[in-house]
Amino acid sequence: MIITINGVSRETAPAPGQCLRTLLRGHGHTEVKRGCDSGDCGACTVLVDNVPVHSCVYPAVRAVGRAVTTVAGLGTPDDLHPMQRRFVEAGGFQCGFCTAGMVVTASVLGEVDVAELPRLLKGDLCRCTGYRAIEDALTGTVNTEKGAGLGRSLPAPAALRVVTGRERYTLDGETPPGLLHLVVARSPHAHARIRSIDTRAALAVPGVHAVLTHLDVPDVLFSTARHQDPREDPDDTRILDPVVRFRGQRVAAVVAESVAAAEYAVRELVIDYEVLSAVFDPELAMRPGAPLVHGDKGPASRIADPSRNLVAQRHAELGDVEAGLAAAAVVVEGTWRIHRVTHSSLETHAAVGWLDHDGRLVVRTSTQVPFLVRDELARLYSLPRERVRVLTARVGGGFGAKQELLVEDLVALAVLRTGRPVQHELTRAEALTTTPCRHPMRVRVRVGADTNGLLTALAIDVLADAGAYGNHSPGVMFHGCHESMALYRCANKRVDARSVYTHNLPSGAFRGYGLGQVGFGIECALDELARRLGLDPIELRRRNVIRPGDPVVADCAEPGDLEFGSYGLDQCIDLVDSALRRASGADPDPGAPWLVGTGTAAAMIATIPPRGHFADASVTLHPSGCYTVRVGTAEFGNGTATVHTQIAAAVLGTEPDRIALHQADTDAVGHDTGAFGSAGSVVAGSAVRTAATALRESILAAAGAGATALLTSAGVQDGARFVPLTDIAADGPLVGHGSHAGTPRSLAFNVHGFRVAVHPGTGEVRVLRSVHAADAGVVLNPEQCRGQIEGGVAQALGSARFEELVLRDGRVITDALRQYHLPQYADVPRTEVHFAQTYDRLGPFGAKSMSESPYNPVAPALANAIRDAIGVRPYELPMSNDRVWRLCHSALAQP
Amino acid sequence: MDLNTVTALHRPTGRAELNGRLGGEPGRPDPDLGIAPLAGGTWLFSQPQPMLHTLVDLTALGWPPLIVAEDGLEIAATCTLHELAGFTAPEHWPALALVRPCCAALAGSFKIWNTATVGGNICLALPAGPMTSLAVALDAVALVWTPDGGQRRLTVAELVVGERRTGLLAGEVLRSVHLPATTLTSRTAFRRAALTAQGRSGSVVIGRRDAQGQFVLTVTAAVDRPYRFAFPFVPESVELAAALDRVPRWYDDPHGAPDWRRAVTLLLAEEIRAELA
Repeated sequence: MIITINGVSRETAPAPGQCLRTLLRGHGHTEVKRGCDSGDCGACTVLVDNVPVHSCVYPAVRAVGRAVTTVAGLGTPDDLHPMQRRFVEAGGFQCGFCTAGMVVTASVLGEVDVAELPRLLKGDLCRCTGYRAIEDALTGTVNTEKGAGLGRSLPAPAALRVVTGRERYTLDGETPPGLLHLVVARSPHAHARIRSIDTRAALAVPGVHAVLTHLDVPDVLFSTARHQDPREDPDDTRILDPVVRFRGQRVAAVVAESVAAAEYAVRELVIDYEVLSAVFDPELAMRPGAPLVHGDKGPASRIADPSRNLVAQRHAELGDVEAGLAAAAVVVEGTWRIHRVTHSSLETHAAVGWLDHDGRLVVRTSTQVPFLVRDELARLYSLPRERVRVLTARVGGGFGAKQELLVEDLVALAVLRTGRPVQHELTRAEALTTTPCRHPMRVRVRVGADTNGLLTALAIDVLADAGAYGNHSPGVMFHGCHESMALYRCANKRVDARSVYTHNLPSGAFRGYGLGQVGFGIECALDELARRLGLDPIELRRRNVIRPGDPVVADCAEPGDLEFGSYGLDQCIDLVDSALRRASGADPDPGAPWLVGTGTAAAMIATIPPRGHFADASVTLHPSGCYTVRVGTAEFGNGTATVHTQIAAAVLGTEPDRIALHQADTDAVGHDTGAFGSAGSVVAGSAVRTAATALRESILAAAGAGATALLTSAGVQDGARFVPLTDIAADGPLVGHGSHAGTPRSLAFNVHGFRVAVHPGTGEVRVLRSVHAADAGVVLNPEQCRGQIEGGVAQALGSARFEELVLRDGRVITDALRQYHLPQYADVPRTEVHFAQTYDRLGPFGAKSMSESPYNPVAPALANAIRDAIGVRPYELPMSNDRVWRLCHSALAQP
Repeated sequence: MDLNTVTALHRPTGRAELNGRLGGEPGRPDPDLGIAPLAGGTWLFSQPQPMLHTLVDLTALGWPPLIVAEDGLEIAATCTLHELAGFTAPEHWPALALVRPCCAALAGSFKIWNTATVGGNICLALPAGPMTSLAVALDAVALVWTPDGGQRRLTVAELVVGERRTGLLAGEVLRSVHLPATTLTSRTAFRRAALTAQGRSGSVVIGRRDAQGQFVLTVTAAVDRPYRFAFPFVPESVELAAALDRVPRWYDDPHGAPDWRRAVTLLLAEEIRAELA
C-alpha cells in the first residue's frame, strides 16, 4: 500500500486499528506531535489531500492512496511557507510543541477574519503563549526584532526549526537500534497491599523482554521531587512498591518490542490485591483512627508525623495576632477553598534510555532538572555519577510538572536489565490521572486593620492535600505561606500550615509553588477588608505593601538572603490602577442584565528558590571564530535559550547566529540545579554572563589589547590594530567559565486588574478588561517576557474559571483533554501588559525572573472583580459559570 | 490513538457484504462489543477501546451524503459534518438554518468536521451530541438496516434512549436520517449554554414553530437523552416552565452542575418562546 508523504511515495502496511499519527512517526515524520491522542489538541494536525485532519483520530488505512502533508512538507528553514515565516516574525510560540500542528491548521486558513478565530482555533491548544502571539502570527503582525542587543526582541534561536518541524523533542531524536517500549500496569485501588503478581502469562506474550515488579527494584526510598538538597522532600517512595497508595500508582512495568505487545502483556498480568481502607479528605486524614498512608515509615523518611498523616507543618507567630485583632477597627475572617488543577504541558512525561558504546547509561528525558535526575538515578542504582548521562532535547512545556522523576527510573531499570534502548511515553490519560497535580488547599484568613486601613494583624491557617506521596509538599507549603504573607507590613502575623497525606493522586510542584493558592485567600480577604473600611482595595494595598528597608518576613523573623535588589511594586500598583481608570473603547458596558465590577490583586515572589541554586556555564571561542555557550538549563518554552544567547552576544559584542548553545546535558557543564523557581534567566543567565566576561578578558589578553580595545563579532579592534578572532583561537579554542550560587536573592512583583461583566441568569463571566503590571527589572527580551506574562495569565484564567481535576473516591474522572478543558483561543481575553521601570542590582544586567509569578495574582483579582459585580464573594475555585450562577442565585434568594 | 487490540478491518462495498458483519445475535438488544462500525473514527480512535477486535468501515458503501427530495432531506449516516455544514439549503426550508449552530456546538474543531459523521454522532448517544439535537429538533426519522437485509424506521427521538444507549439492536446499523419537509418550513431558534465559549455544551435548546402554529421545544446536553416538548401553539411562560419541570433528572458531569443546567435551560427556553411567539 502506498501513502505519499510530503511528496514522497512510501510503501506501508497500516495496522487495522492504527491511527495516521503513529504511522507517520514510524516513517520518521517526528514533526507530527502527540499532545492528547484524542483529537482535542491539534498538535498532530496534517493535511490529507489538502484537507486538515487530527491525525491521531484518523484511521491510517484511509490515507492509503492519498497525499499527506506535514509541517515539514509546507516549507524548510531555507524556504519557509508564508505562515511559517509569520510564526517566526510574530514569535508565535514558546515551547513550540503545538506549533507544528498550529502552523498546518493556519496554513489552510489564509487571510483570516479575527472574529472567526474562536471557532477556527478551538482544535489547536497552546499551553504556553496565551494565544495573543498566535493571533499576531495569523494576522501577520511582526513582534521580533533583528539584532542581539539586550532589551531587543530577538526571536528564539530555534525558531526556524520549530516552525518547520525540524526541532527535536524528547522522543524525536536518534536512538540506537533495537528500541523497546515500556508500558506500566497501574493500581485500580486507592490503597492496597499486593499479595502476588503472576507474570508468567505476560512473559509468554510474543515480543515481551521483561516484566518488572517490586521484586526487581532496589530497596531504596526516595522522592520523585527533585531539589538541590534531596533532604527537602520526604523519602517515602519506592520505584515499585508492594503497597499502592493511590489509584493509578505504578504496579509493574512491561518491556516489549512494541507498545501493542507491552499493552497486551499488561492485560495478562495476574495481580492479587488485599484492598485496604483509604482516606480522601485531608480533614478526615488528620483525625485519630484515620487510615495511615505512610504509617510504615520511620524517621529516615523525614515525614513530620506519619502516625497522623502529617507530611509537614509550620506554626509560627510574629508579635501578637490576637492582640492585633482585638485592636482592629475592622476584622475579616473567611475560608477559601482552592481546587486541584494540573499542568497539562502538551508533551507528556517521556524518556528514552540506552547504553552508549562505553556502557554508560544515557537517558534523554523531558525534564526541567537533568542534573538532579542524573544524581538520583546514580543513587537509586548505585552507579557512579559519571556512569550516568542525562540530557534533554527541547522540552514540550513544564510548568513545574517536570521537576519530578516520574519515568526515568523505570527506563533506567529496563535499560540496565535488558541492555536494549527503552522508551517510555506517558499517555495523556496517565498524565492527567497519575502525575502530580497542584496542591488543593483550604486557606483560612483572619485580618484586621485600624480606621486608617493599616493592618493590625494577619493570620492564615492552611491545610494542603499532599496526596499519597510527599513530593514537594514541604516546599510548596513553606513557600506558599512565605511571600504571600511577607508582601504586607504588619507587626502581628501568624502562620499555621499543615500538609497532609491522603490516598488521592500526589500533589507536586506547580507554577507559583503554593503562592497561587495561599495568595488567593489573602488577596480576597484584603479586598473584603477594604470594602468594610470603605477604602479602595488598591489604596489599601498602597498603604500596607512591603517597601525597601522593611524586613521580608512571613511570620517570625529569620535570617535570610532576600534583598530588595530593586523595587517596582509601587509602580505596578499605579500602572494597574491608572489603566483600569482609563477609558477604553475595548470594554463597553454590555448593559442589563449584565452586572459589571472591577477587582485587583498583588503578588510577590523571590527571584530564586531558597537554600542554594547553582549553575555552571562555559563559553568557548573556536578557531572558526564562532562561539559555543554550554549551560545546564533546559529550554521548555521559558525562553532561556534566547536570553542566554543574548547575554553572551552582548558581552562578546557578537551576533546571535555566531553562537551555538549546548544545553541541558550533564556532559555539558559541571552542574545546574535546574530551571525551576523561575531561575533559568537569573541564575544560569548570571553564570553565562560571568563565563562570557571571563572569555572576553582572555580574548583581549590573547590579542594583547589595551584597555580601550573593542571586541566585535570579527575580532579585536585596538586603536588602528585589528586582530581577527580566527587568529586569536588559531592555536586552539579559548574557554571562559562562570558559575552562580543563587544567592543573594531579589524580589519580583506582579499586580493584576480585571473589569468583568457577569450574567446573573447563566453565571457567564465576560472579561471586559485585563491589565497586568510586572516588575521584572530590566526586560532583556520584551516580546518574550510579555509572552511569559500572557501565558501565565492564560493558565491562571484556566485555573480560575474552569480547569478542574474532578475526583470520585480517588479516581480522576477528568481523564482526557475534552473533560479537562484547557484554555482555548476563545477563552483568553487580550491582557494589557505593563512593565515597571527598575534595575535589579542582583540580576544579570538588571533583570529579574518572570515566569511563575504572573500566574499568582490572576485568580484573586478575578474573584474580587466578580464580588464587585454581583455583591457576593466567591470562596471556592474554579469560578465556573455554574458556581457563579449559584452565587448570583443565592443573592437573589436572600430577602 | 492506536487501537492495538483491533486485528481486523472490513470494508464492505455493498449491502450483501455488510449483512452479518457486525456480529451479535440478530434481534437481541446487546451488540457484539468486539465489533464496531467505523464511520469517521473521530470518537472510536479518541479513547482506549480494549474490547474491540474488529472494525467494519461503512465509508466504502458509497452512500450519497445528502439527497434532496420533495418530502425532505435525507442525510446519510456517513455524511460528514463538513458536508452537512456546506449544504446550501433551499429558501423554502428555513429550518436548516439550525445546521450551522448545531455543527458549531460540536466540541471538536472544524478539522473534526472533515471526518466526523452525522450518523456516528447520533449513534454515540452522548447527551451533548449536536447531530442528535438537530435531528430531534427537526423530527428526523432514522432508517435502520437490519442484519437480515431488511430495514425499519423510528424517530431519532426514539433511537437515542439514554446516555451512550440507542435503540439499535445487535447487528443493526443506522443508514440515514430523514428530515421531513413539513418541519423544514418551520421558523426556528437556537440557544446554547456551556461552561466555556467553545467547549462541551451544558445545554442546547432548540425551538421550532411550524406553519400551523405548533411549537416544539427540544432540550439536549442538559439531560441524559433528548427531551421533546410539543405544544399546539406557543405556550405561556408558566406552561413552558411547568413542562420543563417534568424532566426527572438533569445531567451531571464535569461540564456543568445539574441545578445550573436546569436554570439555564429554563432561561434559554423562555428566550426562545419569546422569540417565536
